[in-house]
Amino acid sequence: MKFGVIQFPGSNCDHDCFYALNDVLKVDVEYIWHKETNIRGYDGIFLPGGFTYGDYLRVGAIARFSPVMSTVIDYAAAGGLVLGICNGFQILTEAGLLPGALMRNNCLHFICKYTYLKVENNQTPFTGSCKSGQVLKIPIAHGDGNYYIDDHGLSLLIKNHQIVLRYCEEDGEVTSKANPNGAIDNIAAICNKEGNVMGMMPHPERCVEDCLGSSDGKYIFHSILDFVKKGKVKL
Amino acid sequence: MWLVKIYVTLKKGLLDAQGKATQNALESLGFKEVEEVRMGKYIHIKMKGQDRQAVIQRVEEMGKRLLANPVIEDFTYEVEVLK
Repeated sequence: MKFGVIQFPGSNCDHDCFYALNDVLKVDVEYIWHKETNIRGYDGIFLPGGFTYGDYLRVGAIARFSPVMSTVIDYAAAGGLVLGICNGFQILTEAGLLPGALMRNNCLHFICKYTYLKVENNQTPFTGSCKSGQVLKIPIAHGDGNYYIDDHGLSLLIKNHQIVLRYCEEDGEVTSKANPNGAIDNIAAICNKEGNVMGMMPHPERCVEDCLGSSDGKYIFHSILDFVKKGKVKL
Repeated sequence: MWLVKIYVTLKKGLLDAQGKATQNALESLGFKEVEEVRMGKYIHIKMKGQDRQAVIQRVEEMGKRLLANPVIEDFTYEVEVLK
């Protein structure tokens, strides 16, 4: 089993992602430089958080045209697992691999804190180890996490069970008070219609050990590992 | 040579948090007549082009592919001859 973590200029959660996979979950992982155009041989690809290209123009807008991205698009189209975390999520929407867009937080502040997330769909490769409705404690750290999609797009997300995580209270109730950034329908994570590409604003790689305040990020990583162990998609 | 002035703005109806905060600041400074503030980006491009139509075609392409995100933004532009 081998995973790849893409490094764009300005990625800064790449080492945490590598650490979570390599040191905590004990699986092989390699960095993939953004100029790479061949990403064969991986069981899954991670687009880590950060501030690619200084967030110039729009978050993720320039990284989306890095050479590696056309390969990521092909990899995803062939069924490969792709997880975008925070800035990685923003890049995936810019690339058209996920619908919608991430706008400036409605409070305008950069927010760095633990959030509670309700698992709305546990039938994805990224949440298969979770119970339906389980509450995960995973931190966010972003200035542009305000997920937006138009009404028609939102109805499709709901219909196709593409909303994977929603911001919620500690007891799992989805309230506007629990929404840190103004995201439509409290959306924290969505997947594509096929389910093999997910974007999430919270950082699972930042909470894989109890000493960090939570190890709930492991649920995301374990889900991916379990899915791969079942013999699905190595590209 | 041509000068193209491109304006990228959030679509109508979307909450413009920066515009709202700026509006509040203006009001607190006493500019009570301010009804609305919308923030956007101004992009200034100098470019080559055979004629106005050719420039417009390229600028449309730039706007759609990179400069604006059609999910949340609109863009408009002005094209001038640069002497």
